[in-house]
Amino acid sequence: MNVLLASLFCGLIFGFGLIISGMSNPARVLNFLDWSNHWDPTLALVMGGAILVALPGFKWVRKRQQPLFTESFDIPTTSKIDAKLIVGSSLFGIGWGIAGLCPGPSIVGAVTLNTDILLFVGAMLIGMWAQHSLFSKKGS
Amino acid sequence: MITWANTPFEPWAGLAGGILIGCSVVLLLFTIGRIAGISGAIAGMFTKQRVEKTWRIAFIGGLMLSTVIYQLFVGDFPVITQQSSVWMIVAGLLVGFGTRLGSGCTSGHGVAGIARLSSRSIVATLCFIGFAVATVSLFRHINWGG
Repeated sequence: MNVLLASLFCGLIFGFGLIISGMSNPARVLNFLDWSNHWDPTLALVMGGAILVALPGFKWVRKRQQPLFTESFDIPTTSKIDAKLIVGSSLFGIGWGIAGLCPGPSIVGAVTLNTDILLFVGAMLIGMWAQHSLFSKKGS
Repeated sequence: MITWANTPFEPWAGLAGGILIGCSVVLLLFTIGRIAGISGAIAGMFTKQRVEKTWRIAFIGGLMLSTVIYQLFVGDFPVITQQSSVWMIVAGLLVGFGTRLGSGCTSGHGVAGIARLSSRSIVATLCFIGFAVATVSLFRHINWGG
């Protein structure tokens, strides 16, 4: 129960952050990505602000033996920079540049029932499913 | 031709929103020991492992609830899409496929990964920002899809 409430609360705070900063507005995201004219640097401050909190925050949390409500931390340990990472992130970048939407803001925007964002989210789920069926090992 | 909407530079709103996102990411690691990566959380809602599934559903539920609560107590917020439905679908497919292949998106790599000083995440972030900037310039200045 604690795990669920904590996750729900974190999702809520994350969503408020996206809405207040304007990350949830594709027009603003596209203007951040347009470095030639109407550049809107707001999103640099969103990422900067988030990292500013998370950098010392993570250091502090990781000194602890275990999380508050679960047995252990689950933090990625791979450090391999491979083709999947590069190709995947680049394809994501192309999609992000087309629509001005990444996964978080797409979920927040879908709840406003904007038809184009609902289409985006539907396609995103299909894309995730396609990657899973092509790349995940059988039985895992 | 698409008319590209102007958005004002709002440094304080950006910083405030960023700080909230940072707090969320730290709090999730502190309470349940998980990295708040949204693409992973979305995909993970469909896994068969029960424990890993439930926190993700709750987290994405909270994200969805933020829209409802904000609209109820503060008001509508701008969500202006700039592309045709067909391009939105193409973009969605690329974002879904790409974030899973690259194991993360703006949250998992861009915020949490960089804050962990993970070299993988720094490379991933440079890739997606680079390709996004290049894509926007293709659409806006060579008038693709225009």
